[in-house]
Amino acid sequence: MISAEKIPNNVNLSGNKRLQRALEHWQPKYIQWWRDMGPQGFQDYHQVYVRTAVSVDPEGWAHFEYVKLPEYRWGIFLADPVHDRRIGFGDFFGQPVWQEVPGEFRNQLRRLIVTQGDTEPASVEQQRLLGQRCPSLYDLRNLFQVNVEEGRHLWAMVYLLHSYFGRDGRDEAEELLERQSGNRDKPRILQAFNEPIDNWLDFFMFTMFTDRDGKSQLMSLSESSLDPLSRTTRFMLTEEAHHMFVGETGVARILERTCQLMKEAGFSGDVRKLGGIDLPTIQKHLNQWFSLSLDLHGGEVSSNAASYFANGLKGRAKEETFGDHLITNSHYSIEFFENGKAATKDVLMRHAMNEILRDWYVGDCAAGIERWNRVLEQHGMSDRLTLPDRKFNRNIGMYSGFHFDPHGAPVSNNDWERRRLEWLPSVADSEYLLSIMATPIYEPGKFANYIAPPRRGINQQSIDFEYVRTEA
Amino acid sequence: MITFETRPDAYHHWKLTFDGPVATLSMDVREDAGLSSDYRLKLNSYDLAVDIELADALQRLRFEHPEVHAVIVTSLKERIFCAGANIMMLRGSSHGAKVNFCKFTNETRLAMEDASAHSGLKFLAALNGICAGGGYELALACDEILLVDDGNSAVSLPEAPLLGVLPGTGGLTRLVDKRRVRRDLADFFSTLVEGVKGKRAVEWRLVDAVAPRSRFKDGVQARARELAAASDRPASGPGITLKPLNPTVTDAAVTYSAVTLALHRDKRTADLTVHAPAGPQPATPEAMLAAGDQFWALRAFRELDDALLRLRVNELEVGTVVIRAEGDRDAVLAVDRTLVAHQSHWLVREIIHHMKRTLKRLDLTARSFFAFIEPGSAFAGSLFELALAADRSYMFHDDQEENVVALSPMNGRLRAEGASASPAEARRDRMRAEAGPLLMSNGLTRLQTRFLDRPETIAGLLAHDGPFNAGDAEDAGLVTFAPDEIDWDDEVRVAVEARAAFSPDAMTGLEANLRFAGPETMETKIFGRLTAWQNWIFQRPNAVGAKGALQSYGQQGRPEFDWKRT
Ligand SMILES: [Fe+2]
Ligand SMILES: [Fe+2]
Repeated sequence: MISAEKIPNNVNLSGNKRLQRALEHWQPKYIQWWRDMGPQGFQDYHQVYVRTAVSVDPEGWAHFEYVKLPEYRWGIFLADPVHDRRIGFGDFFGQPVWQEVPGEFRNQLRRLIVTQGDTEPASVEQQRLLGQRCPSLYDLRNLFQVNVEEGRHLWAMVYLLHSYFGRDGRDEAEELLERQSGNRDKPRILQAFNEPIDNWLDFFMFTMFTDRDGKSQLMSLSESSLDPLSRTTRFMLTEEAHHMFVGETGVARILERTCQLMKEAGFSGDVRKLGGIDLPTIQKHLNQWFSLSLDLHGGEVSSNAASYFANGLKGRAKEETFGDHLITNSHYSIEFFENGKAATKDVLMRHAMNEILRDWYVGDCAAGIERWNRVLEQHGMSDRLTLPDRKFNRNIGMYSGFHFDPHGAPVSNNDWERRRLEWLPSVADSEYLLSIMATPIYEPGKFANYIAPPRRGINQQSIDFEYVRTEA
Repeated sequence: MITFETRPDAYHHWKLTFDGPVATLSMDVREDAGLSSDYRLKLNSYDLAVDIELADALQRLRFEHPEVHAVIVTSLKERIFCAGANIMMLRGSSHGAKVNFCKFTNETRLAMEDASAHSGLKFLAALNGICAGGGYELALACDEILLVDDGNSAVSLPEAPLLGVLPGTGGLTRLVDKRRVRRDLADFFSTLVEGVKGKRAVEWRLVDAVAPRSRFKDGVQARARELAAASDRPASGPGITLKPLNPTVTDAAVTYSAVTLALHRDKRTADLTVHAPAGPQPATPEAMLAAGDQFWALRAFRELDDALLRLRVNELEVGTVVIRAEGDRDAVLAVDRTLVAHQSHWLVREIIHHMKRTLKRLDLTARSFFAFIEPGSAFAGSLFELALAADRSYMFHDDQEENVVALSPMNGRLRAEGASASPAEARRDRMRAEAGPLLMSNGLTRLQTRFLDRPETIAGLLAHDGPFNAGDAEDAGLVTFAPDEIDWDDEVRVAVEARAAFSPDAMTGLEANLRFAGPETMETKIFGRLTAWQNWIFQRPNAVGAKGALQSYGQQGRPEFDWKRT
């Protein structure tokens, strides 16, 4: 039986027969999925000091306790309703938002929600081996915190599917548990979510860049005319912020340690000889995950995106900051590539929605890179990390099929093949990273050699707090 | 607003006279009594108003005059039989109006053939003068055609050479399919403005016989008596009288005794509800004769027919219709049993075929139909045909399993399989065993059309003991979806909203493609080709452009064509 107590929520689960019944079928499958595809080796004998959302107010979602992961209380929360909320963009601008899914847009909305929902369990699957290579208990806890919250994000999307999409929605909710990251027969929908994440540099870059794509998507969905979707995604954004914190501080701590090791090695020295992660390797991983995450925003010119905007289903991030919410006749200038030359062309702005969201995303990433570079600066280093040009290493959109270097200059196929591994991680790079991560650190307060400790612990606990403990 | 009810003493365009077993239906179109004053109905040309009277006359011959065994279709105008559909009317009509006009005229001509095939009512076209286009198509719908041989009167299909369109009431199909005119001769004939007359018309099978003016009348009478002699209709009446339906019409609804059409124009939807019989119903043909047009099986289906026609021509934007059947399911099944038990009686036969034609009218209506089967519904037997005719059906799955649907012999009959000599015969036997009286245009029942993939299961469904609850109905494929209490409201709301938002043209095409699976008949060909070709041509600049043939007919100058062929 579904118990509203075990499932913290603010959606009146105990009074919602439809949701209860749907969850009765789905929840056992979800737990089975978590056991099969969730963190490997940390299901039954470990307790993790994690935060559980028990309500949407600030105290309510800062509730910390030790739990065994499969017993985590995944809940369902919507951000508080906005009084008299109106549709903020598109052809229905100014009309009251929808509390129900209009039949006309049901399939489009379902697709949007399923695509978003599919990424949530996917990342848990991608990260399932990382616990066995963790650099500290502090990081292990952070990994599991991200994992359980991605699980909760799946619950959030499943809540919408169960509540508003009838039998089709229930079927889709089950399929979200049936697709698997990297599975040849039933892969996850988006390619970046089928790439394995088997070392912690990848994990930090993923949470920095790919979770930030999640933030882009959630921000644009939080503008939606479908109010329950808007409220769900608004609450998810508060959790997403923590995931990016994990990624950004994780890389910053690696940079910190790398700077120390560079000094030890006498600036010119080989950081790898001291067991650290050298700056070029960091830059290559940055290049990789930034470009993969750019692809996640979709093609530059998209009639789907135009239709989502027109119908008010998916807007721009921070729509209220724009002057024109209809943009029926506005144009957007897009850089494209033809006959070996870059040129620009004007497209209808509604068709450029993916690119506009990508603009926002690139700006948000650039601010993060600046914060990383401050670490290098503080250590007196002249090296800097940079964001590659958005044409670099693209597999979706108008730049796919061409090759560009990280500065955006076109390169020939031959040059690309020759120089690719200057810009992107090689097999040798990942073998090296796995070698320095082969031994996990499970001792409280101890950190792997390639990463500095954090400034402070979680929830005002000390850094040597036992964030993950084995059961007595 | 166009209405479809009339009666012989109100006809402007036809005279209906009786002489023993032979009736004469004479066309005498009043030029100034068309639906619009924008055109004059010269030379016995017709518009929808003329055809509404023709359809009415046919209905009355069937129900009010069982003693009539043959009908002469002729004209009261000198040397003119009929010049076809009025060109000025076509030129001035919207596309939707043209399509609905053609659809209705086709249904009326098919009703003549239906009367001939199933009611023993034979039609003789007596062509007393020029007979062009739709006029000749009317003649083609008769069993036999007699043409006056005066050196002048010809039959013709001049649409293509003269107007750049096609004959719109099945003329081309009937030439080759019904009259078996050789296709090369039909090709030549159909490009000849002046048509074919005299002996050649007989040789090419365009008419059955010709007679000189002096012997024409006698010849017609003699042949009509012969046709009448072969009929199995009763020697004498009485028939029953079809009285006015008298619906209550408001802006939001048309309400009849057993049918309600509620319009929601803002949503572009309608609710069409048919009520099951209430109170005692006649159990014998004699009692039916006494009940007349008040017998539920006739009354409800007349009302349904009228509602569908009004919906078609008056509510062009109402694209999605939710069908419900309400009331006492067992009462429907009882009426069905009575009808089947007495189906050899002339009146019972007429009632059943009228039900059949009304359901076909539904099949041929270019609106999306969803049947909602909810507790208290009466989707049983002949009313279950409404759910089978719908594009989709949603059945409420209640815990108590009280919401049910039921079949009756009206959905298909069971007959013992004969001793078959060969597998092919065995298959035919079984098909016969499952045929029923309410056939679609494709010559199959709706159950047969629904289960083309597994015809062998139909017998099992018909033999099913008692009604089907929602789970069983869904499993058996009798309904599309069976959402339960939790899903119902949302599922049906979304289904209707989504449907009403699609392109109306795409839905029309989609439905027409899916509704008529299975074999082709002359009837499916007529409607299929009308939709595919005539409606295409009616949209093309070569017909309706400023310099198109339909527009420039009768004006100065030749049409200008875009010469590219597809
Ligand atoms: Fe997430
Ligand atoms: Fe995330």
